Amino acid sequence: MSVNQQAHTGLPYGQPQPGYQGYQQSGYGGQQMPGVHHSQYGAYNGPLPGYQQPAPPQGTLRAPPTSGAPLPTSGAPVPAGQPVYSQFGQGDVQNGIATSAVQMQRPSASQPFIPGTAPTPVSQPATFQQYGPPPTSAQQLTNHMAGMQIGSSTSAPPPAGLGYGPPTSVPPTSGSFTATGSGLYTSYSSSQGPPPVTMTHGLPPTSLSQGLSLAQPAFSGPPLSAQRLPQAPGFVPPPCSTGIGPSSYPPTTGAPRPSTMQGSQLPGQALTGLPTSQPNHVSSPPPHPSMSGPAMTGLQGPPPPTHPSQSGYQMQQNGSFGQVRGPQPNYGGAYPGTPNYGSQPAPPPPPKRLDPDSIPSPIQVIEDDRNNRGSEPFITGVRGQVPPLVTTNFLVKDQGNASPRYIRCTSYNIPCTSDMAKQSQVPLAAVIKPLAMLPTDETPPYLVDHGEPGPIRCNRCKAYMCPFMQFIEGGRRFQCCFCSCVTEVPPHYFQHLDHTGKRVDFYDRPELSLGSYEFLATVSYCKNNKFPNPPAFIFMIDVSYNAVKSGLVRLICEELKSLLDYMPREGNMEESAIRVGFVTYNKVLHFYNVKSSLAQPQMMVVSDVADMFVPLLDGFLVNVNESRTVIVSLLDQIPEMFADTRETETVFAPVIQAGMEALKAAECAGKLFIFHTSLPIAEAPGKLKNRDDRKLINTDKEKTLFQPQTSFYSNLAKDCVAQGCCVDLFLFPNQYLDVATLGVVPYQTGGTIYKYAYFQLETDQERFLNDLRKDVQKEVGFDAVMRVRTSTGIRATDFFGAFYMSNTTDVELAGLDCDKTITVEFRHDDKLSEDSGALLQCALLYTNCAGQRRLRIHNLSLNCCTQLADLYRNCETDTLINFLAKFAYRGVLNNPVKTVRDTLINQCAQILACYRKNCASPSSAGQLILPECMKLLPVYLNCVLKSDVLQPGAEVTTDDRAYIRQLVSSMDVAETNVFFYPRLLPLTKVDVDSDTLPAAIRNSEERLSKGDMYLLENGLNIFVWVGVNVQQGLIQNLFGVSSFNHISSTLNTLPVLENPFSKRVRSIIDMFQAQRSRYMKLIIVKQEDKLEMLFKHFLVEDKSMSGGASYVDFLCHMHKEIRQLLS
Amino acid sequence: MATYLEFIQQNEERDGVRFSWNVWPSSRLEATRMVVPLACLLTPLKERLDLPPVQYEPVLCSRQTCKAVLNPLCQVDYRAKLWACNFCFQRNQFPPAYAGISEINQPAELMPQFSTIEYIVQRGSPTPLIFLYVVDTCLEEEDLQALKESLQMSLSLLPPEALVGLITFGRMVQVHELSCEGISKSYVFRGTKDLTAKQIQDMLGLTRPVVPVQQGRPLQPQEQPPISSRFLQPIHKIDMNLTDLLGELQRDPWPVTQGKRPLRSTGVALSIAVGLLEGTFPNTGARIMLFTGGPPTQGPGMVVGDELKTPIRSWHDIEKDNARFMKKATKHYEILANRTAANGHCIDIYACALDQTGLLEMKCCANLTGGHMVMGDSFNTSLFKQTFQRVFSKDFNGEFRMAFGATLEVKTSRELKISGAIGPCVSLNAKGPCVSENELGIGGTCQWKICSLDPSSTLAIYFEVVNQHNAPIPQGGRGAAQFVTQYQHSSTQRRIRVTTIARNWADAQSQLQHIEAAFDQEAAAVLMARLGVYRAESEEGPDVLRWLDRQLIRLCQKFGQYNKDDPNSFRLSDSFSLYPQFMFHLRRSPFLQVFNNSPDESSYYRHHFARQDLTQSLIMIQPILYSYSFSGPPEPVLLDSSSILADRILLMDTFFQIVIYLGETIAQWQKAGYQDMPEYENFKHLLQAPLDDAQEILQTRFPMPRYINTEHGGSQARFLLSKVNPSQTHNNLYAWGQESGSPILTDDVSLQVFMDHLKKLAVSSAS
Repeated sequence: MSVNQQAHTGLPYGQPQPGYQGYQQSGYGGQQMPGVHHSQYGAYNGPLPGYQQPAPPQGTLRAPPTSGAPLPTSGAPVPAGQPVYSQFGQGDVQNGIATSAVQMQRPSASQPFIPGTAPTPVSQPATFQQYGPPPTSAQQLTNHMAGMQIGSSTSAPPPAGLGYGPPTSVPPTSGSFTATGSGLYTSYSSSQGPPPVTMTHGLPPTSLSQGLSLAQPAFSGPPLSAQRLPQAPGFVPPPCSTGIGPSSYPPTTGAPRPSTMQGSQLPGQALTGLPTSQPNHVSSPPPHPSMSGPAMTGLQGPPPPTHPSQSGYQMQQNGSFGQVRGPQPNYGGAYPGTPNYGSQPAPPPPPKRLDPDSIPSPIQVIEDDRNNRGSEPFITGVRGQVPPLVTTNFLVKDQGNASPRYIRCTSYNIPCTSDMAKQSQVPLAAVIKPLAMLPTDETPPYLVDHGEPGPIRCNRCKAYMCPFMQFIEGGRRFQCCFCSCVTEVPPHYFQHLDHTGKRVDFYDRPELSLGSYEFLATVSYCKNNKFPNPPAFIFMIDVSYNAVKSGLVRLICEELKSLLDYMPREGNMEESAIRVGFVTYNKVLHFYNVKSSLAQPQMMVVSDVADMFVPLLDGFLVNVNESRTVIVSLLDQIPEMFADTRETETVFAPVIQAGMEALKAAECAGKLFIFHTSLPIAEAPGKLKNRDDRKLINTDKEKTLFQPQTSFYSNLAKDCVAQGCCVDLFLFPNQYLDVATLGVVPYQTGGTIYKYAYFQLETDQERFLNDLRKDVQKEVGFDAVMRVRTSTGIRATDFFGAFYMSNTTDVELAGLDCDKTITVEFRHDDKLSEDSGALLQCALLYTNCAGQRRLRIHNLSLNCCTQLADLYRNCETDTLINFLAKFAYRGVLNNPVKTVRDTLINQCAQILACYRKNCASPSSAGQLILPECMKLLPVYLNCVLKSDVLQPGAEVTTDDRAYIRQLVSSMDVAETNVFFYPRLLPLTKVDVDSDTLPAAIRNSEERLSKGDMYLLENGLNIFVWVGVNVQQGLIQNLFGVSSFNHISSTLNTLPVLENPFSKRVRSIIDMFQAQRSRYMKLIIVKQEDKLEMLFKHFLVEDKSMSGGASYVDFLCHMHKEIRQLLS
Repeated sequence: MATYLEFIQQNEERDGVRFSWNVWPSSRLEATRMVVPLACLLTPLKERLDLPPVQYEPVLCSRQTCKAVLNPLCQVDYRAKLWACNFCFQRNQFPPAYAGISEINQPAELMPQFSTIEYIVQRGSPTPLIFLYVVDTCLEEEDLQALKESLQMSLSLLPPEALVGLITFGRMVQVHELSCEGISKSYVFRGTKDLTAKQIQDMLGLTRPVVPVQQGRPLQPQEQPPISSRFLQPIHKIDMNLTDLLGELQRDPWPVTQGKRPLRSTGVALSIAVGLLEGTFPNTGARIMLFTGGPPTQGPGMVVGDELKTPIRSWHDIEKDNARFMKKATKHYEILANRTAANGHCIDIYACALDQTGLLEMKCCANLTGGHMVMGDSFNTSLFKQTFQRVFSKDFNGEFRMAFGATLEVKTSRELKISGAIGPCVSLNAKGPCVSENELGIGGTCQWKICSLDPSSTLAIYFEVVNQHNAPIPQGGRGAAQFVTQYQHSSTQRRIRVTTIARNWADAQSQLQHIEAAFDQEAAAVLMARLGVYRAESEEGPDVLRWLDRQLIRLCQKFGQYNKDDPNSFRLSDSFSLYPQFMFHLRRSPFLQVFNNSPDESSYYRHHFARQDLTQSLIMIQPILYSYSFSGPPEPVLLDSSSILADRILLMDTFFQIVIYLGETIAQWQKAGYQDMPEYENFKHLLQAPLDDAQEILQTRFPMPRYINTEHGGSQARFLLSKVNPSQTHNNLYAWGQESGSPILTDDVSLQVFMDHLKKLAVSSAS
């Protein structure tokens, strides 16, 4: 119930939402009616299965149309209803189907299972069939009917529309829904009958049906019912589906999931409704073809009842779209509404509610991928291969293309022409993480030394030797795979070719056989034609009053003493070549001379912050081991020296300048670690004022909150990049400190920002120290330039991430660590050919931590297509979301947030509409059809839209938003994935004896049980949510306190307790911490505690406090958008 | 009082004053016709063994515009306990403390022998002396080491309560905090940026920060030590610290590439030193001691770029207006010098380098503040070491021969007005009734500030007789002048030294002989020279020479006895006889001739000329030449080429150089080693005699002269040859080959030619 209430609060989509609410409520009401629920579930399941079905795409696709067809037929019998149906048919048919499917599912669940043999996820039709055959289904139907009636009775009084709006109205709406639902159900059965037939006819039934089912539920009545269903019965069905699953479903939890499974089998088709189809399939043992058959049967089965039901069915369909209006009063009335659907897509989003279980589930998709692709290594030899999801653990074998750990693309099949690309609106982008860390069982890139003349390169485009270069003329020349230019092979590199035209030394040379490798750069690749000096780390510590008082200064100094021994070193070197320097500052800067020959450190104060300079050269940057005693003495003294400070003002820009100047003077690249506490208000360049103004939110000026206050920092960043000075910023603010401005330099120099708001030694120490350690120790390249070369036809046009660009092609990075990604967007400048495909070569020139200049090369070959379907079959939604998020987050700098959001929605709608139009077989407009590999696009996109940057809640500070904005900009795909759709694990289901994690669950409060504990992780925070009814034993085991009430919500670590449960939970947390580049903050949330609000913020499938739509609502909205585009 | 000579000498002994005229022409018109202005050389702190200071405040005339000090020239009514001011004739009551005075019980200041008297006054709390070392670190290792040792040594010479501070500079400027334990701390400034005093004080944290009011924490400003304490500490407290700090001083670590000069931020370093003292100890005695080993090469006050291929400016460049940094740099240092002077601090410059160091631009720092200027080749020479040591020399009372923050006020009787002063001082812009409108030197004021002075510091003070011709002064009337010098003694006492002198008036028409007889040609020569040198600072050299010549000719016309147009009849009286000769040598001196001198050297010479007392000044104008030979005891000989004989040893003292020159024969004997043979012990003694005498001079002179030991034909002999009157040159062949001296290869005119021309011009009716 509470969930529903929440839903009420925010109504992003206006009408639909109320409707949803209504649904929910109604659903609750409905819950009471078990039958209804069942039916609803069925409906949901139906759609889901539909998704799965994609395998038999045509069939399913057509199914909707078929359903449409039936509608008219049905219409004939029931005039009013029929038209509705017909309209629905297109859109609603699915719904109808879905609902039916839902119904079916339940019954099917029980029964289907028996038949469950049906391996192929034929699709909805199948489900219908199943329903049809099994008596249970019939029963369900009846139940539904009953429910419907009840609902109808209730609904009758309140007009559907009313119901949607206000919660109060909800009850009636719910009633209406139920009514509609019931009607639908009945209709489903009937309608199902027909659709299945079509389905069978359907060429690729799976996809279609799926799509249909999904779409319909969302919009039409069925969804409503579905919602109800999910709550109670919905869960039940899943097992059924699993039962069914054996074919593909088994793994999937709910019936809906199975659909996904199928989807995976049939990539393009994955649409909604799979679950239903699944059940169908289940029922119908025969494979796809058989599916059709069964569908038929199913249809047949229902039909008898259907005729009446058909009308009802129509009603349902209507309901799904228009029912709300018309249908509720009367089905007949509903039908009239339906015409509206046809004519006016806008009104359609009716109050009906989708069953959350029936819509594509990220968890399901992740699970499926993990199960299907996690077991065997991903071998990169084949062009245009879509890698497993980022959430899947898999081993990569480099056989000529770069590992997906280095490069992931939004699509592995690129449209041949720009027209196609434009039409699809699918962004072509690669997310590149050039220095990514590989798991220990994968080999790091080999180092290739081509000697004095440097790496072999194409004469014209300067591409580096790679596996795609074609050797000709017996190996005397090679033709560039990027620009086709022919280049002489230098004598020292000559090698004979074998009979296949491959060089004899093919396997001996990484640059000929692998996707990723490194070249040793020659002196001509170095600045000023001089080999670089080893880089330096400079630690710059704020010693103003706040920093000293909070104990931060002491903490840092203590930590540095040991941390200095763990700086990154190259390969097997004994000690790190990196030199270190120390600066403290408040309003002035203090440099330290820690030359090894000194008896004690020397402090040099520079007060001239207006014109910063480095007061010393010799002795500032030192080798740790040589100067250890002096350094230790210094670190001991710093906290003492400033113990009595009263200086509260700080400077900031001069600090960076100082570091940069120091590196310049030492003629090396390096990294600054700045520990900063407050807004720099002291008189100095880069002085800032407090300009935080929440009133700007949702105005055209909101963008100014993300823009730097002054251009000073941009210029400074430019200088830093020129010097190879990377800035890592650790912030400890107690109030606004303008991250948007302070972050400019770290951002543009490839640095990282860490933020610890209201830093307290006890609670934040561990997190900070872990971050610091990781940051200091991680591998990093300096003074880097990255260039992405592409084969003729496309070209890198836009770049996202933390770097600086002085021209349009070279990405300049003062520093680049193993966690940073650069997202590159490509556009066509010519035609591509299917034969040759498209090639990317990312070359990163950098100085490694030993001061060696290197080139890291990543190559990736992609397919090209002339059919849009191929494009949609080879997309990677996670990468897509990564790109879209970065695109949007950059957009807020210059556009009102609202515009950015609309653009995002619009683009996705276009992507999906294009698919619907070009790839999906014709179906009713009311159907939402999603490409299999993009079926999570709506849910993820919704998460992006709801994120703090694009839709801030009241508790989100301006700094937080700026912080997250920059953070996301350099995230890799795995990080954005979990950041936008957090991982939620039921802790109480943890198996203490095994290493496997419990199955994740979807991010919705409905999924939480009072008796369970959950762990939620998004890459920045870890929440442990404790339900009020959790067993005392578990509480005792995990928290060491006797009852729920004794758990302290201020805990930030779990107590170390010697019992298997505690150990296991802690080890899971530790494991998660290790997976992320930042140490996550652990927050214990007790149900109904005030912190729960914060936690709920991350239940991204729910409606958010700040007005973000729930998944279901958003899906409906998306559908509406698509329909608008299509009409 | 037998002769004027004795009178003059006596006066100088007692009062440290030498007037150009000791009988004053009584009207303005006549005075101007005297050519040489009425002026005096005043040595305010002339050492007086017989002058015990009195421990009370001087009694002042009660007239606000006068405030002259009670002196022996005042008329006193012992019964009425009244005294009449001899300058303004105001009648003043004696203060109560003088109730007991009578003719026989006179206070010291009324006794005639106390025309100069010194008072010790208690005003304010005594502040310790301050020594702020500003040390260049762009030195060769050897030089730096020597300098460090000198500095460390100097710590032991300072009074223990004195505050010391340390600023080092090279590419950067570092102000060292001296009281740090565990970690040595310094404030660093960029050497290229000029900072205002306010900025410097802010950056050094010298302005008291607005202490943020912490809740529940009452302010306790008392607990804060004096803000300046971080940089200036009593020597006895941080002796060890500072010694270590100096010991650890490293050469400027910034790399100097081939063909470059090190970047030296002298301008900023000085600016910071000035700013530091300005903010913390205004108006207390303080010495900024700048040690520099080369020219400032960056930032404000830079004198030359860091490219070695561009040489530092020469006189030639300056004449051609080709010294691109000079004006700006000069301005920078002038501003600094004026600020320093306003605060009563002084700047010493110790410049040791083979090349120029920019003294030309920096000279005002020492000139305006009374600081020392020392020029040497290296810090590792005895010249520098001993000179530096001598800065801290003590007098017979065991007190440092330095005084700080002095103001000199001059009061005159109504017939006189003050035209100006030339010396190591700045104007205090004190207008008054006795200030003349006609300025000579630093004029327009009757008060000057002399931030630092020592017992030999001498100012030239120029007067103007304003009495109108038609208002004769009654017979026996005397003109008077009073010099009141208030200063901080090195013992930190405030003292006031008052000198009151009086001279007779004479009617120049009827009593010209008196005036003529009372002419002090030595003082006049120096006073005229100072005027000339002062002009030379701002005017073209030839103009100054012409001016000098004209003055000389006019003087000869006025006081010579001759028949018109008959040069041979020209005679000058004894009291004028040497004057033309002084002028001859002055014209040839490095003070007016820049040929063969670098601009730095000229500045150096002029600096010293403008502050030394009469004797030393005369030596500078006309070096002294002694002859040592077997023919008799050492004797002074003419500074003439004819004095250079083969069998003589010559000792020349030019103030800046001591030259010992062995005649040709002597040199041969020495080479033959006769001095080592017992039978020629007298030769050994002969050789030794000038050495001993030279040593004596070296011991006493500040700055220590360059000591040159040379012989006939030696390259260093040029020092001697350039000074002597070239009576024999390659041009007057009649003397060639005779045993009458050694010819000088020069086109310069000899004294004889000079005199001939002078006579001719003097007697010419045309002029």
